[in-house]
Amino acid sequence: MSQTVRFYQTATFTVGNRLLDPARRTVQASAERANAITSGHRACQGCGEALGARYVLDAAMRATGGDLVAVNATGCLEVFTTPSPQTAWQLPWLHSLFGNAAAVATGVAAALRVQGKRTRVIAQGGDGGTTDIGFGCLSGMFERNDDVLYVCYDNEGYMNTGVQRSSATPPAARTATTPVIGPEGGNVFGTGKSLPLIAMAHRLPYVATATVADLHDLEAKVTRAMTVHGARYLHVLVPCPLGWGHPTDETIQMSRLAIECGVFPVFEAVNGEVERATPIRRRQPIEAYLRPQKRFAHLFAGDAVDPRVARLQALADDNIRRFGIGGPP
Amino acid sequence: MLKQLECSRAIAETIARCRPQVVCAYPITPQTHIVEALSELVRDGSLSPCEYINVESETSALSVALGASATGARAYTATASQGALHMAEVIYNVAGLGLPVVMTLGNRAVGAPINIWNDHSDAMALKDAGWIQLFARDAQESLDLHVLAFRLAEELSVPVMVCVDGFVLTHSVEPLDVPSQEAVDRFLPPYQPVQVLDPADPVSIGAMVGPEAFTEVRYLAHHKQLQVLTRLPELAAELAQLIGRPSGALLHPYRLDGAETIVVAMGSVTGTIEVAIDELRAAGLAIGAVALCAFRPFPLAALAEALADARRVVVIERNLAPGLGGALASNVRMALRGRAIPVHTVIAGLGGRPVTRAALRPVFESAARDALDDLVFLDLDNAAIDRELARSGERRRSGPAAENLLRDARRPR
Repeated sequence: MSQTVRFYQTATFTVGNRLLDPARRTVQASAERANAITSGHRACQGCGEALGARYVLDAAMRATGGDLVAVNATGCLEVFTTPSPQTAWQLPWLHSLFGNAAAVATGVAAALRVQGKRTRVIAQGGDGGTTDIGFGCLSGMFERNDDVLYVCYDNEGYMNTGVQRSSATPPAARTATTPVIGPEGGNVFGTGKSLPLIAMAHRLPYVATATVADLHDLEAKVTRAMTVHGARYLHVLVPCPLGWGHPTDETIQMSRLAIECGVFPVFEAVNGEVERATPIRRRQPIEAYLRPQKRFAHLFAGDAVDPRVARLQALADDNIRRFGIGGPP
Repeated sequence: MLKQLECSRAIAETIARCRPQVVCAYPITPQTHIVEALSELVRDGSLSPCEYINVESETSALSVALGASATGARAYTATASQGALHMAEVIYNVAGLGLPVVMTLGNRAVGAPINIWNDHSDAMALKDAGWIQLFARDAQESLDLHVLAFRLAEELSVPVMVCVDGFVLTHSVEPLDVPSQEAVDRFLPPYQPVQVLDPADPVSIGAMVGPEAFTEVRYLAHHKQLQVLTRLPELAAELAQLIGRPSGALLHPYRLDGAETIVVAMGSVTGTIEVAIDELRAAGLAIGAVALCAFRPFPLAALAEALADARRVVVIERNLAPGLGGALASNVRMALRGRAIPVHTVIAGLGGRPVTRAALRPVFESAARDALDDLVFLDLDNAAIDRELARSGERRRSGPAAENLLRDARRPR
């Protein structure tokens, strides 16, 4: 049973927006929202993925008039919204395996098309299920331009299995498989991949990145994605208090800092070219982003700040240069 | 109507008459001709409506079929060997979700060493995944079993693997009768899923199940398979009425009257065995054969009955379970519980080595004299084995065994 939505005014960046024209309010600000992932699930306190997935699916439900099917990779989202016979899903939902969500979604979309139905399909997974084990299936779905919106909820590691490194884990971050041992503890530099850029290389009709910090932006991107047919990719940064080690009430703040320091560029790309990148409103030094997170604590444990902080700053600066999102200095 | 056709082409035409709505294809020898022919049938409109999807791996091929089936579409794919193992995780998943996908397995050896030719290693590796496994004994049965497969799969919500010997059957060209569209339509009603992804009635499919119900879920998978033991003969009889020939069964008995020695096998080797048995019968030997069509479910009762008067059983294995013997013989023994008769395992025809009448006859004769070993490797080149064992004993880096054996085989002696 779906919960009754009640709101409590919080900050202007979140679900509130009471001062806006009703037409410009977020889907989340509406008591009519689908609540695609309803309350009572088992996500950790402060889970960015739980927020991100509900934001995405509620926006997609509105965009499709509720005519939507979701396919899920194995991972936190799958686990905390079930197990049987309990389910938080208020839309048809299918989980098969860790690495095949994109291909399963292709099959769902094919079946709907052959049956003459207009139902839309979303596939979703975490960064492990997307950038690592599900990468082959995902690239296949991309190059065939199958009519699926694939959403990656990126918390930068295998959090469901106990915080191990994925190819989305940032350099220097401590995980259970990149422990802080030796002079350069944590994840190594010079590794990892950008799935949004790889998706663009497939010349998809629509690729976008977003975070849970900017709800209007996230919902607008989902809504736009649903106006397009073919393979689409949305990459949402979803901080994980468990894996990142930030306070559970700072998940939104972590997302915002990720944007403002430049580690997570927010942009939209059409047919393989960046159409619009969101300028940084208040530029922050990388330290402001790193310090609240225990996974980076070893960088600040000594008498002097670890020189790797400067390397991380350089990577963020490089993002800002590439996407042209530098705000006023 | 009989028509000179390659078996793979005829399988494709049969599949098309079963009207699958989603077909996914990834090439792997020796099943590739089937999906190639299906791509033609979809492009020229013979099979319509149908979504034909070229995927990037076997994992995706079966995952696409999984998604389509869960959305209420009839789904088909084909694979073999490495491809079947590549998709192994999805094979279990499709069965666990109770999705009636039909898949052809063009039986082929599993590497290393890489080998494209026929044996049953691939099917045996997946025997306990929860799929029904039907083995075709000849090209005509390869066609007909697919029609049965869709009906069984959809009636019981369980996937079916139709095992067709690679090359020996898939690439054989002979007069074949593709079941008529009318017969298939009468036999195969439209797919009515027991669960489906439908926004009007949302369900969550594939959620986690803990210890409190997992055993019961698995039991139900077993229960479904047991139903096949009754339904397969009934449906085969119904299909026989429509196509005018018997095709498909739990097992096919051959000259069991008074047989003291009974040979058990699966697949295309059955034909060779039957010819050998004819010759030995003519020479006065009391010998017969059983060709299993259903390997999963395993027809324990039917096989026990067929073997009731046997004094010994010879199992022709197209696979090797290293460290044990053969998968088929292990299963056959389950049908002989409580009976103290010898069950010989004959490992034969691995990686496409021909299983000849000439090689089988002395084995059967020796079994009839109770002089056959428990485990026999047919046509094994013992001298080559000895030479390689000696080489590897002489020095640590003796090189790749497969290459040594091949070089040895080509050296004039």
